[in-house]
Amino acid sequence: MSVADLPQSSHHAPPVLAPGHGPATITDKISSVVFGRMPLWFYVGMLIAFGGVMMLLGALTKLVFEGIGIWGNNQPVGWGFDIINFVWWIGIGHAGTLISAILLLLRQEWRTSINRFAEAMTLFAVACAVIYPLFHTGRPWLAAYWLLPYPNTMGMWPNFRSPLIWDVFAVSTYGSVSLLFWYIGLIPDLAALRDKAVKAWQQRVYGIFSLGWRNSARHWHNYESAYLLLAGLSTPLVLSVHSVVSFDFASGQIPGWHATIFPPYFVAGAVFAGFAMVLTLVIPLRRFFGLEDFITTRHLDNMGRVMLLTGLIVAYGYAMELFTAWYSGNLYEMYMVKNRLTGPYAAIYASLILCNVLAIQPLWFERFRRSVVALWIISMFVNFGMWFERFIIIPTSLHRDFLPGAWDMYTPTRWDFATFFGTIGLFLALMFLFVRVLPAIAMFEMKTLTPEAKIKEGAH
Amino acid sequence: MAQIFPRSANALARGSIFLGLFLVLALGAAVFALARSGYVTRQGLILEQPVPFSHDHHVGQIGIDCRYCHTAVEKTAAAGIPPTATCMNCHNQLWTNAAILEPVRASFKDGTPLRWNKVNDLPDFVYFNHSIHVAKGVACVTCHGQVDKMPLMYQAESLQMNWCLDCHKDPVANLRPREEVTNVAWQPPADLPALQRDLAIRYNVKSKTSCSTCHR
Repeated sequence: MSVADLPQSSHHAPPVLAPGHGPATITDKISSVVFGRMPLWFYVGMLIAFGGVMMLLGALTKLVFEGIGIWGNNQPVGWGFDIINFVWWIGIGHAGTLISAILLLLRQEWRTSINRFAEAMTLFAVACAVIYPLFHTGRPWLAAYWLLPYPNTMGMWPNFRSPLIWDVFAVSTYGSVSLLFWYIGLIPDLAALRDKAVKAWQQRVYGIFSLGWRNSARHWHNYESAYLLLAGLSTPLVLSVHSVVSFDFASGQIPGWHATIFPPYFVAGAVFAGFAMVLTLVIPLRRFFGLEDFITTRHLDNMGRVMLLTGLIVAYGYAMELFTAWYSGNLYEMYMVKNRLTGPYAAIYASLILCNVLAIQPLWFERFRRSVVALWIISMFVNFGMWFERFIIIPTSLHRDFLPGAWDMYTPTRWDFATFFGTIGLFLALMFLFVRVLPAIAMFEMKTLTPEAKIKEGAH
Repeated sequence: MAQIFPRSANALARGSIFLGLFLVLALGAAVFALARSGYVTRQGLILEQPVPFSHDHHVGQIGIDCRYCHTAVEKTAAAGIPPTATCMNCHNQLWTNAAILEPVRASFKDGTPLRWNKVNDLPDFVYFNHSIHVAKGVACVTCHGQVDKMPLMYQAESLQMNWCLDCHKDPVANLRPREEVTNVAWQPPADLPALQRDLAIRYNVKSKTSCSTCHR
């Protein structure tokens, strides 16, 4: 039985694993990235990313010493880069959860080669995101009682009616479930690395983290139950986390925020942004490490489809914002739309439509979905576009609200940019470390895609 | 293939699960207890003073009223620390040669005030006002403890915010008639709750828990 005989969703679809691979070649190929020598570009990239981390440290140190006055947000725009970037990063993480949980439960076997990578991306994106709410307090060491309910000597509790505290729960649940899910999924592969490792210290480190995994039937049984349970736990998170993030805005009364469409619109935008980021990272990764056999054009094609679908939902959201403003007949709602289209930030709104609505249209065609160059360029458009979206939602809604006497402009400072680029550096540095020390593709799950494994059924 | 870990690693791994959980809980409990202990709050701590003044003797045995020394308590935010002259009202006649009172006499002679160390010290971001508490019928001993039984002065309560809030949420249970506020030996009547409800109406006592009640 060969791979070509296997049932595929479409006759034309390329396979999810290139022919000619067996269990041994999969382990060899993927673990060679961990144990092999890294090419020069890896160190150059890591150096640049590490520079970003240092810039982040510098910017945050300055912030702690001087206060949040070094940022551009001030009345009436109380939320600037801090919240824009928080929402942007949290959104990016959503692809990881969607791929690992929902696609697992839907038995989409093409998820196998990208889930580990996307879950890592989720974790690192959450790590970057939480920096913003923590540091926008100006005194992060006091954030414990501002953010978390615990019995303190002041008898103080957060306001449970505020979506900001729901946010704390949503994001911390999301972070911890994602971490567990990622780690549980890593255990069999960590054991494989332990057995592959030659140096004693590597055997020990991978040995400790593989928790005594010996590949027994009982281990596999427990593993499958745990993994499915966590998938079940993660599934609602795909929808709930960004819904709660959208409540931060939707429960406010500012025109441009106070909209019932926000939760689904935010969730679609999050998945959209997340898949764009996966593509942005996975296209160079498969090229540079020669992993084209595992992350095939089938994967790229499918991710392109998800991006097109979620992008269209987001475009519907933009259209509905305009429609609702007109249909409401409300002076302030209508002015908000007019200000977005023709006001001082009109160029950003135009860029948003260009990036998120127009740039994704080539994805209707298979030719573009299977071209790595086209996909990468489109994914970069979306990365920018989703950032513009958050800029449009947050400062342009705030800078001109009900009273013209209170209007003002929002201009980010160089410290805003240093923090933002710093978190990008942190994200990339964590990514570089991840592909260096851990298998970026789930080896044992890939083996279920080999012809040998197909005699029975998949791992899940 | 040789074993990477010795057999004892199994016990270590199992133990680390229990220990990890236990350490987290124990650390949490320790921080919880420490934050409420006298080490942090200075509750019960006796400070060094220039003269070992005894409230036990002056209030409990002699029966001097609080306001004889803390004259401003009914009118201003601070109750006031008495000037040396107040001490000398009596001590120019009594114990005039006592060595223990030498700093008082010295202070009186050259006009340098005695430097008492503040026992009940609230943070500077709290705007506490004695006069309003006294006017609403909150007794001295409610916050300062039975000073008539303190040979040396110490802080009787934690002075932590949730301690303040306990009363600010339900002030009625701590009320007594205004004229009994400085009475350290007040005997509450049998129908105390009824009296307190009545006082709350008469003195217009309300629960005050807005931030700006104390932080302005």
